[in-house]
Amino acid sequence: MIEFKLPSLGAEMDEGTLLEWKVKPGDAVHKGDVVAVVDTSKSAIDVEIWQEGTVYDLVLEPHRKVPVGTVMARLLEPGETPEHAEAEKRRLLAKVGERESITTPTQAVTGAAAPAIAASRRRVSPAARVRAQDLGLDLADVAGTGPDAAVTIDDVERSAAARARGAASAPPGGGPATPPAGRPSPVPRPSPADRAVAMRSAIGAAMARSKREIPHYYLAADIPLARATRWLAARNEGRPVNERVLMAVPLLKAVALALRKFPELNGHHLDGAFAPGSGIHVGVAISLRQGGLIAPAIHDADALATDELMRRLVDLVARARALTLRSSEMTDATITVTNLGEQGVELVQGIIYPPQVALVGFGRVTERPWIDDGHVTAAPVVTASLAADHRVSDGHRGALFLNELGRLLQEPEQIDGSPA
Amino acid sequence: MRISYREAMRMALHDALASDPRVFLMGEDVGKYGGSYAVSKGFLDEFGPERIRDTPLSELAFVGAGIGAALGGMRPIVEVMTVNFSLLALDAIVNSAALYRHMSAGQFHVPLVIRMATGAGRQLAAQHSHSLENWYAHVPGLTVVAPATIDDARGMLAAALAEPDPVIVFEHVMLYNVEGELGDAWREADLRSARVMKSGRDVTLIAWGGTVGKAIEAAEALAADGIDAEVVDLRVLRPLDDATYVASVRRTHRAVVVDEGWRSGSLAAEVMARIMEQAFYDLDAPVARVCSEEVPIPYAKHLEDAALPQPAKIVAAVRRMLGGAAGASR
Repeated sequence: MIEFKLPSLGAEMDEGTLLEWKVKPGDAVHKGDVVAVVDTSKSAIDVEIWQEGTVYDLVLEPHRKVPVGTVMARLLEPGETPEHAEAEKRRLLAKVGERESITTPTQAVTGAAAPAIAASRRRVSPAARVRAQDLGLDLADVAGTGPDAAVTIDDVERSAAARARGAASAPPGGGPATPPAGRPSPVPRPSPADRAVAMRSAIGAAMARSKREIPHYYLAADIPLARATRWLAARNEGRPVNERVLMAVPLLKAVALALRKFPELNGHHLDGAFAPGSGIHVGVAISLRQGGLIAPAIHDADALATDELMRRLVDLVARARALTLRSSEMTDATITVTNLGEQGVELVQGIIYPPQVALVGFGRVTERPWIDDGHVTAAPVVTASLAADHRVSDGHRGALFLNELGRLLQEPEQIDGSPA
Repeated sequence: MRISYREAMRMALHDALASDPRVFLMGEDVGKYGGSYAVSKGFLDEFGPERIRDTPLSELAFVGAGIGAALGGMRPIVEVMTVNFSLLALDAIVNSAALYRHMSAGQFHVPLVIRMATGAGRQLAAQHSHSLENWYAHVPGLTVVAPATIDDARGMLAAALAEPDPVIVFEHVMLYNVEGELGDAWREADLRSARVMKSGRDVTLIAWGGTVGKAIEAAEALAADGIDAEVVDLRVLRPLDDATYVASVRRTHRAVVVDEGWRSGSLAAEVMARIMEQAFYDLDAPVARVCSEEVPIPYAKHLEDAALPQPAKIVAAVRRMLGGAAGASR
């Protein structure tokens, strides 16, 4: 039996709300299949599964907010039979029975299945749910006295009153009670305003952690883009608008290729140690219309040809803004690239997105005086910057990385294809 | 003034006949016999055979004649001895009376009032005892009312005669002998609103016609245990006054619907569905109903009693709903 648990979909995600299931019991699933849509503080994410199997049962109901790690569904492993699963279920139920022996005549008649329901979903009246939410009360702690031991409004209000009495005697300054892990609490789908607040808070938490934990160093270099601009203009000539490639694409591609020689800038710093990335998955910072930003990954960006990279970028921006990203895109980025050129700035001094170890920023491409072979010319120039984690790399290597980035951008035709 | 439901109905009929020459009464035994339930006793002498018309035993024929008279400018009141027999006239009522306004694009109205006795309790056995109000409450084009009180028995007929389209009035057979105080409220009787008969905090009992009195009895029994039940009389079965009973359920968070019809496909089911649609998040317990057992209503007294909704069944449903602990502590 495989337990499918709510994955963490970002550095600061510790809970999520199941919005809908994309599979049902009996469905066969394969690695990479989207099985559920989960709302995080940032976005609704298509959650993928990374194991093979057959869906046995969906444990979690939609619209429940649960902590990361909560079992959402159970799957039969290849070759496993439902009989195994039933035996397993009975074993689990026996445990549940020891803990809170719930038996009513109905359950005795219907056999093993009924307690399973009781264990996964408590009976709570709709009005009691609403009242609990208004009062900010976790239903897990409320005993039910209604029909079939359902939680009623009275139960909620009694429990809230008891909590108020408890809080009054507690020392001041204590934060809100943390719900016990594994006990789901109901939440409605967040409103845009709620989401904006939640996203701001998530960004704040991640950035504060970054500034608190990561010893940043910052470097910047001006890179002439005359060749790249000419190459791009020639490439786009005669193409319909929707097939043209933006300068952002060769910039991304050059970053990805440069990282091949600087693995210490590409990966995650976790549990006190650096883990190089399994590939070069470039997170692209995308600002959202409703405010906030998100930096989903383009996987193996170094291996993508220019047109493909452009297509991926357009797709990613559209889906980020429609809030339909995949879980792997949310978690796999090994570096972030942020491009604020369109807003007119020249230099970006970025904050690294933990647990990544570097962030590359690009400013505006501007015509500047440029000395080339002793002659002053007007040339398009971009200022590329690097913010990197001093625990993992040093300024010397960071400088060499920016040099390599600049060199690659002088040979745009070399970065066009999809080198192995 | 303390009068019976029968007298209230009789006064209403008398008023109508005396005040409007277009009004006439037609049905089985309404003349010489004075009405199956003695509502029109003496009317034949007072208003004459032109306006108090005994008919042959053909519901289809005399309901159809009523529709024709209504189309011709009269204001007929047709009495059908029981709703069981009205099934013989279903075609005339459902396919003609209910549809003419719509099918003529408003050119023809059928200002017909059909009075029907309904319900059980008098040991009249299955063919005379059923409650089929829901059959008519299903049909667009009809207004369906169920006067449960002295005031409504006195006041609803005039409102029904004022309607330009067909109105069906259900008179529960157990109500005729019920006595009560007639005040002035009957002058305000309408064909649109439900009424809160007794207010309460803990549960809403929704009833109509013959079950209103039983719901009130149940509420009194519950009050002795400290359970404060609100009682709503639907009064009008089509169109349903959702606002009144839904508002009540929003206050009490619980509802029991009491319906003398059979459970399956009942009007109770419709009311429950509307509560679920409009007040789901205010509910503190699943909505319950007390209906007739799904059998032809028996002749034997103890079996007839057992088949029908009774105050004790309503009380039991409320207790179940309040649950073990809450029910016991109240």
